[in-house]
Amino acid sequence: MKNMIGKEGPFLALCAVLLIGLVLPLATGASAPGFYVEVLLGGLMAGVLYSLVALGFALIFKASGVFNFAQGAMVLFAALAVARVAERIPLWAAIVVGIGIMIALAWLIERLVLRPLVNQEPIALFMATLGLTFFLDGFGQTVWGSDIYKIELGIAKEPVMVLQSIFQGGILVNKEDFMAALVAAALVASLALFFQKTSTGRALRAVADDHQAAQSIGIPLNRMWVIVWSVAGIVALVAGVIWGSKLGVQFSLSLVALKALPVVILGGFTSVPGAIVGGLIIGVGEKMAEVFLGPPLVKAFDLAGGGIENWFAFMLALMFLLVRPQGLFGEKHIDRV
Amino acid sequence: MFYRENGQFKSSYGSDQQMLPILQDRAFMFGLLAFAFLVVPFVVRDYVFLSLLIPFLILAVAALGLNLLVGYCGQISLGHAAFMAVGAYAAYNLVLRVPQLNFLVVLVLAGLIAAAVGVLFGIPSLRIKGLYLGVATLAAQFFMDWVFARVKWFTNYAHSGSVQTAPLELFGWTVDSPVEKYLFLLCVLIVFTIVANNLVRGHIGRAWMATRDMDVAAEVIGIRPVYAKLTAFAISSFYVGVAGALWGFVHLGSWEPLAFNLTLSLNLLFMVIIGGLGSLLGSYFGAAFIVVLPIVLNQVPAWLGVPISTAMASHLEFMIFGALIVFFLIVEPHGLARLWAIGKEKMRLWPFPH
Repeated sequence: MKNMIGKEGPFLALCAVLLIGLVLPLATGASAPGFYVEVLLGGLMAGVLYSLVALGFALIFKASGVFNFAQGAMVLFAALAVARVAERIPLWAAIVVGIGIMIALAWLIERLVLRPLVNQEPIALFMATLGLTFFLDGFGQTVWGSDIYKIELGIAKEPVMVLQSIFQGGILVNKEDFMAALVAAALVASLALFFQKTSTGRALRAVADDHQAAQSIGIPLNRMWVIVWSVAGIVALVAGVIWGSKLGVQFSLSLVALKALPVVILGGFTSVPGAIVGGLIIGVGEKMAEVFLGPPLVKAFDLAGGGIENWFAFMLALMFLLVRPQGLFGEKHIDRV
Repeated sequence: MFYRENGQFKSSYGSDQQMLPILQDRAFMFGLLAFAFLVVPFVVRDYVFLSLLIPFLILAVAALGLNLLVGYCGQISLGHAAFMAVGAYAAYNLVLRVPQLNFLVVLVLAGLIAAAVGVLFGIPSLRIKGLYLGVATLAAQFFMDWVFARVKWFTNYAHSGSVQTAPLELFGWTVDSPVEKYLFLLCVLIVFTIVANNLVRGHIGRAWMATRDMDVAAEVIGIRPVYAKLTAFAISSFYVGVAGALWGFVHLGSWEPLAFNLTLSLNLLFMVIIGGLGSLLGSYFGAAFIVVLPIVLNQVPAWLGVPISTAMASHLEFMIFGALIVFFLIVEPHGLARLWAIGKEKMRLWPFPH
């Protein structure tokens, strides 16, 4: 036990620092409890969305060992598709069409990109997904247009006051955010069921463990890849629709989705729960840093504005990498010659 | 028939170690340099200098630097534009605050500062590798973007956040016409190429390549990973920092923090991939390709009589970039440089097929 603490010392120290940073604004009275909880909730909501994108990363990495840089581009592509198709037909039908498009896309990616690159080094596959990112960004905007589009989910956007009895002035909560959180939870639950209970799910986990062994017991690798990329595409679609209804569907979605990279690092690349917890940590940390750390920093160094949230997630991930390279829930990697 | 090494014997250590061991290569290089120095300045229009040759020369230096890191040492970086920014702002502040310094000294110092920052962000490479490192270097990208946009000292309290530079002066020579800029950059590129060429074939380059091929095995045979990885980061950042300073001072003249954003980082990476990982020549090809492609894409529709909007052109550019990267990875993972090598081999055997 003592030995374990010694080994994990830096990691525990980092966690402690983060926790102290989390409660400091409240403890020092720098913010009203109501406002604090509002910021916390806002962070959690943003975190849910990060988790959704990160989930797509984790799924693909788990099943095919590909670090899919294009997940953000897939989010944008799916959101654009749904937004533009929904201009003609009802939203639910547009989402069905969108799912169809993402499955077709997954099939094409497997055929044209992954299959020719089978047995290549991970880094080559990663670069291929970089190319895919550029292609999808360009293709999506060529086909669907590059303006800002709206997705109407039909949920009231006005914030509601809740818990006025506990906190002075109550807390502003966005109904849409709650719906988003619910949808994300449902998605994660169904994915967990899919992975644990269906034979396809089991086959996917086998592929994730060992490509060769899975193949030798008759699991068709190529079909598994199509399935997992389709699932990741559908997750991207859900993330894109929720996000798009919040911010509008536009190119910057693809950049916001980059934030999912630190999330998977934090959570561990292969871990689905890691993606969720990591997303929440990053979401909360980022909002907290922006609201409570930003102003004092701006004052102290005479900065031209805040915007810490642009890099906070990445720096946090960097620190985690230094003290715990495998992430929160990842498996420890052992090198052999 | 003409391009073969028959009869060229190496009878001394000197001739065994020279950079271009084959006579025909030397002749070709000599001709190329003569063309670049003596012919190009007189026949090429200013527009070509400004939009093609000057960006190409600077980006070639940056691509060389990134290739040392990614192609030779196997450490991926998605944040090299950040080190370009460090070089550019370091040079800006040095010129501003210590005006008596010679610009060459400023360039070297800017490169050294970029190298220091590069080592700082390269430290994670000792514990993490491959894709994880890519994300760590993304942290460098976003952090540096933020630093230069927000910390006013770096931009000398300019209101808009953009900075202006005066024309360069070297020993009383004012480098301000396109031709002069071209000649100056050409000299810089040649120096950097010679240094890079000798680095990668020396012990340090071998250490890098061993680390790239299999870092645990390299460590087992006695290569210190700390040394190999951090020197790669340092030297690569030095190159890129110098390129950043040149990009700011010679090419842009005035710039905003956004000039060195993630897109530039990815473009640098694409130059290295398309040109050829682990090939100095490839860095040139890649840089040329990335500089030329947007211009061609803008021109082609006009030639064909199908005008397209600028937005459309930029989307097409994205698509073609992306498709080409995937294409190259599948068909020719070693990039344009490999095609060149194949061509050379064919020349050597001609007129026989084998």
